[in-house]
Amino acid sequence: MDNQNLKKTPLHAAHLRSGARMVPFGGWDMPVQYAGLKAEHQAVRENVGMFDVSHMGQFRFSGAGALDFLQYVTPNDVSKLKPGRAHYNWLPNDQGGLVDDIFIYQAGEQEYLMVVNAGNIAKDWEHLQALAGDYDVQMTDESDQWVLIAVQGPKAAETLDPHTDADLIAAKRNSFFAGRLLDHDVFFARTGYTGEDGFEVFVKADEGEALWDALVTLGITPAGLGARDTLRLEAGFPLYGHEFGDNIHPLSSTYSWVVKDKPYLGRAKMDEAPRQKLIGLKLDKIPVREGYLVYQGAENVGQVTSGSTSPTLGHPIAMALVDANAADSEQFEVEVRGKRHPAERVEIPFYKK
Amino acid sequence: MTNPTELKYASSHEWLAGDGKVGITEHAQDQLGDVVYVELPEVGREVTAGEAVAVVESVKTASDIYAPASGKIVAVNEELEGSPEKVNESPFEGGWLFQMEVSEEGEGLMDAAAYTAENE
Repeated sequence: MDNQNLKKTPLHAAHLRSGARMVPFGGWDMPVQYAGLKAEHQAVRENVGMFDVSHMGQFRFSGAGALDFLQYVTPNDVSKLKPGRAHYNWLPNDQGGLVDDIFIYQAGEQEYLMVVNAGNIAKDWEHLQALAGDYDVQMTDESDQWVLIAVQGPKAAETLDPHTDADLIAAKRNSFFAGRLLDHDVFFARTGYTGEDGFEVFVKADEGEALWDALVTLGITPAGLGARDTLRLEAGFPLYGHEFGDNIHPLSSTYSWVVKDKPYLGRAKMDEAPRQKLIGLKLDKIPVREGYLVYQGAENVGQVTSGSTSPTLGHPIAMALVDANAADSEQFEVEVRGKRHPAERVEIPFYKK
Repeated sequence: MTNPTELKYASSHEWLAGDGKVGITEHAQDQLGDVVYVELPEVGREVTAGEAVAVVESVKTASDIYAPASGKIVAVNEELEGSPEKVNESPFEGGWLFQMEVSEEGEGLMDAAAYTAENE
């Protein structure tokens, strides 16, 4: 894609001021790293870092039929939420794959906010619009209205807490509440996708840059997409377009807990056992990347979906989708530039606090 | 950053020294980020200028390294196997990749001033 056609988040200028190297990502011009990927990764694991996740989309659903609609389009039990709570969920298609993986926040009695992946905003909107007709639900695309900053790391709560009227220390995991942070009205959610504690902070788009700059002055390390990817990989979190997709059975991952016993779109296909399984691999030295083929003996049994050298563990790790009947083996080989290298199956997550 | 004047440079960011040593530039290592693995060519291999002969892998990506000259690979920097980060720390010295017996330099190699101008 031409760089001129890439969308920019309201924090674009702030990233450039912080020395970011920008790359195209899902149609957006996003920071891949600032000072260095490893340092940013380590800041989130040991201290506190922050990511611009404003490129993700926000849809609001309100009305008497909002709950019924969300119950139908997702497999997790939305009725178990209550105002001020959030959960991870999916948008299945009717073919046993996912349109997207999402977070749902209950904002009020008949009001929900859905956060969707950046590259999927248009696709998700179309999918949901096509299904909404039968329900008494109003759908609003608020993606341009919010700047979303993910403040992540073991010191996230103690770093932010002195600068807000909200009680961040006591806030529960997956809670969602309003507060004032450094002179800005925000919503906090104790959520994130790094395997660390932290908050996702929603602020009005036109106040985002000032808030970001203020957070920098608190000593929070700006972190880019590079660190975001190595952190989520170490934590074993699937990423849409890699471990999840329109044609990947989502139960090939370890996320069967998402699916509850209730009617929802695509349930018949989801109920069929997946033919592949997502496994974790550990290699000695050579990094393996998405698309590299996985072998057992002479047989190609699958391929790598995400791979990198783990900054925390110091060796290469990867997730791979392999044939279900091969998935219990301990030893695999991965082909790198025509040569096969031994890979040992290890538990996901690769890194646990 | 300063590009040593005694070296020649390819637009693909390799440098070539008078003794046939080859590495990547300060600019290239900065763009790549933290190097975690280096795959080096076999000693004795005959290569053609412009041919992909090595791979430098950072946390995020694998990048081909092209021979800046034609000739034979006569040595590789074995220290990189245990310490790939030398490519970041010392790209023009300790982080060299391989050494060639040069039969013919590739076309379009630049001097330091031209390379610096192209990458400013």
